[in-house]
Amino acid sequence: MKNILKRFKLPIGVAIVFIALFIFAPETAERSSKVSWEYFLEMIFILPPVFILMGLMEVWLPKDNIQKWLGNDSGFRGGFLSLVLGTLPTGPLYVAFPLAASLLHKGASITNVVIFLGAWAALKIPQLMVEVKFLGWSFAIARFVLTTVALIMMGMFMKAVLRKHPDKKWLENSKGLSD
Amino acid sequence: MATIISMYAILAVGLIFSLVKSKEKTKKACKVALKSLLKTAPALLAMLGIVGLILGLLTPEKIASLIGAEAGFFATITAAVIGSLTLIPSLVAFPLAGSLLRSGATVMTISAFITTLVMVGVVTAPMEMKVLGKRFTLLRNGLGIIAALLIAFLMGIIL
Repeated sequence: MKNILKRFKLPIGVAIVFIALFIFAPETAERSSKVSWEYFLEMIFILPPVFILMGLMEVWLPKDNIQKWLGNDSGFRGGFLSLVLGTLPTGPLYVAFPLAASLLHKGASITNVVIFLGAWAALKIPQLMVEVKFLGWSFAIARFVLTTVALIMMGMFMKAVLRKHPDKKWLENSKGLSD
Repeated sequence: MATIISMYAILAVGLIFSLVKSKEKTKKACKVALKSLLKTAPALLAMLGIVGLILGLLTPEKIASLIGAEAGFFATITAAVIGSLTLIPSLVAFPLAGSLLRSGATVMTISAFITTLVMVGVVTAPMEMKVLGKRFTLLRNGLGIIAALLIAFLMGIIL
């Protein structure tokens, strides 16, 4: 019981805020619940296939190949591949987290995973088309180029930091996943 | 809708391949999936609640009045904060940004809003921490804010 409470402390906290909002600002609370409900409907359809895909990746992706294509020695080609994988038209960013975790488990480098996530979030091709329409070519191109450069730098910096100070808790937790 | 269809199409192809090759391994994949889904469940619930709370408070009209009202450095910082906090689909965000730009917001401000919106996710952070670790999440989002401000600054100069 205590364990369950501890695991769910964040959602319980959020629920308490909701209850307070219903008492003190019912109009906002109503709007908020509507938004949450819409996202719930979206996630309940999208997340099961995402997690099964992650499971399939854990079981089938050959570690040697991922290491070769996206690992620490994959160089420019690995970075480019991560960028292209990220820009493919798929879902929202929370879909990418489990897939990115799988790639990390299989030996992809931190730099490449950061590039993959960043491209997924910021450089999606359908999204760019909407951007061009509403903000113009020059805005979209400038943002695309600058974001790509920023992602590469962020990735290299994060790899250096996380190599020196690895996240032991995360490593411990992800160990049991694919056995 | 298109997302859901493509997601299930990819899954169907993957599952068929997997089943043909090995029933045993497919079973294991489903087990891994269930285990990680259950592990992530509290973070997902929290994410649903937080996105509702934030978007209930920060409606598109409210965002427009906060970012569009005044130009300058302060508006850019406000835009970066709002962009980090919210999770808006691009089909809503880009038209909003476009109308703000036409009504007098600076390129720097709009760029800070869009870049933080896509790169920094406070709402999705609980889930990101669960699957990718606390350190990774804090670094990625923290650096994302800095990068977004630099990008906004450069775009303000170039355009």
